[in-house]
Amino acid sequence: MSNEARTQQEDAYLELQSTSEFQALRKKFRGFVFPMTAFFLAWYFLYVLLSIFAPDFMGQRVGGDDSTITVGLLFGLGQFVTTFAITFIYARWANRELDPLADALGARLDGMKEH
Amino acid sequence: MALTLPFAEATSVGSPALNIAIFAAFVIITLTIVIRVSSGKKTAEQYYTASGAFSGRQNGIAIAGDYLSAASFLGIAGAIALTGYDGFLYSIGFLVAWLVALLLVAELMRNTGRFTMADVLSYRLRQRPVRIATAISVLTVSFFYLLAQMAGAGGLVSLLLGVTGEAAQNAVIALVGIIMIAYVLIGGMKGTTWVQIIKAVLLIAGTAVITVWVLGQYGFSFSALFQDAANNSPAGEKLFEPGLKYGVNTTTKIDFISLSMALVLGTAGLPHVLQRFYTVPTSKQARKSVEWAIWLIGGFYLLTLVVGYGAAALVGPEAINAAPGKANSAAPLLAYELGGSVMLGVISGIAFATILAVVAGLTITSSATFAHDLYKEVFKRGETTQDQEVRVARIAAIVIGAVAIAGGIFAKNQNIAFLVALAFAIAASANLPTILYSLFWKGFNTRGALFSIYGGLISSLVLIIFSPVVSGKPPLVEGGPSPSMITNTAIDFHWFPLDNPGLVSIPLAFFLGWLGSVTSKEHNARKYAEMEVRSLTGHGVASAVEH
Repeated sequence: MSNEARTQQEDAYLELQSTSEFQALRKKFRGFVFPMTAFFLAWYFLYVLLSIFAPDFMGQRVGGDDSTITVGLLFGLGQFVTTFAITFIYARWANRELDPLADALGARLDGMKEH
Repeated sequence: MALTLPFAEATSVGSPALNIAIFAAFVIITLTIVIRVSSGKKTAEQYYTASGAFSGRQNGIAIAGDYLSAASFLGIAGAIALTGYDGFLYSIGFLVAWLVALLLVAELMRNTGRFTMADVLSYRLRQRPVRIATAISVLTVSFFYLLAQMAGAGGLVSLLLGVTGEAAQNAVIALVGIIMIAYVLIGGMKGTTWVQIIKAVLLIAGTAVITVWVLGQYGFSFSALFQDAANNSPAGEKLFEPGLKYGVNTTTKIDFISLSMALVLGTAGLPHVLQRFYTVPTSKQARKSVEWAIWLIGGFYLLTLVVGYGAAALVGPEAINAAPGKANSAAPLLAYELGGSVMLGVISGIAFATILAVVAGLTITSSATFAHDLYKEVFKRGETTQDQEVRVARIAAIVIGAVAIAGGIFAKNQNIAFLVALAFAIAASANLPTILYSLFWKGFNTRGALFSIYGGLISSLVLIIFSPVVSGKPPLVEGGPSPSMITNTAIDFHWFPLDNPGLVSIPLAFFLGWLGSVTSKEHNARKYAEMEVRSLTGHGVASAVEH
């Protein structure tokens, strides 16, 4: 690729970056992944901190004193549930909402310049 | 269901000849596959990333194979058997960490990089300094991870093959290294990926069989299994409560928070994990890879919960502690208890396959970093042929294999969990902040990257050196901290109280990345636009731009 062609391509990127469609795609992506990250990190560290600093609460039996199931075990299994759920929700959302926008913008970029 | 193995039997269980035969069969079958799928000369792209020819599902299985190291398989099952709840707590960090990769890293990395982690980090920054810094960090993380795996191989040998002599253990470590080099040299990334896929399937299937078998013994009642585990443990009902391992005192509590941070933020900074995202063609397939990886890894850790409590109930903590390898022997001893020599042989074979597959993945990543980032981009300033680059990568793989063998022999009596935790802590400190800043922060620049990488790397290494895990500490208390690297308690120079540096080094690296960036005016708007547009649209991935 010649230097001229390269510059042309970079200009196409700059141009696309400034479009409202691209800004909307970025906003949409960040608007999903940032809060989700904040949520799962907070939930994970809540579980860790409760296990470490509130062992009595986490050690409580669920369903009678003879039970072998503790609050902490349920919290731990809850981490599995949320991890699986976030994976499922994100993949579905990204396939449906994100990919069409991203593909359309990528295709537009191909139309903006020849390489 | 008390333990049935007398002590003398427990030190050399099963039939070593059978274990060796099963292991040899695995090696022969996988080597045959590796040779069949990957004959002939390779381009750099084929060698490093199998030209992105794997599907998301295949790569997801390979990621599980790469990630579920001997430390997860044997270590976590043993930790649950001996410390119950706290062992389970430990496993969860390894799973939740994958959400960082899924949401923030995998797809954007796939869209902006081609061969190595440094491709992404140096994209819009000054190439040479950033590539050098990244390469140093990648090689350091991979070295500690590799050391842990090789040391684990040595420790396993005594239990599984009945090999107890020093020389024989060293020979087995060397053998593991040589086979691993063969996989990498013959198969490149394609061959290595197939080894990881086969291993993941065997590991998960083997663990599932043990799980069903254990549950079958208790009429599929979790309560009955848990109760029996508690009855058999000196900790009794405390097995279900937090605190047996990490709740000893305030230091161990804070240490666990530090470890949790390193685990959850380290995974998405592990170079051999990131390298796997380049083996698929698009960001959609990268997303699918992580989806599959999360299902498999999560499912696997749920199985280890049963395996761990099953080992406590059917083998008993006493027998586990008496066996060579201690906690690491819980799963193999359980297999022996259930299915005798044959089942033990199968599990031993799987454990070796695990180590082989993980070290092969680490070696290919390190050799790619050496050949692509240091040799091609830094020493030769991009002026080199594909043939030369691949030749350098192959030589690097041999050297790295040799270093791993030597390191494994030297470290075989070391605390493996500490080596793995260290690799995660360095990855979370030196790699992840720079990855996230490059992908998400417009104002990030070269000085920020160098501050963050070197700051994270140096601070985590220094804190480790002056921590109780290296320095000989006062005599150990029962249930207290892990043993030190320097066993002579007279040589005690530690001033950092925690075993894991993450709590300090990770925030520090994020801070330094910010500080370096705001004090430098450098900003390349064109490259930033290119990187951001490509990261989100996937533009240019298929046509692979030159650089």
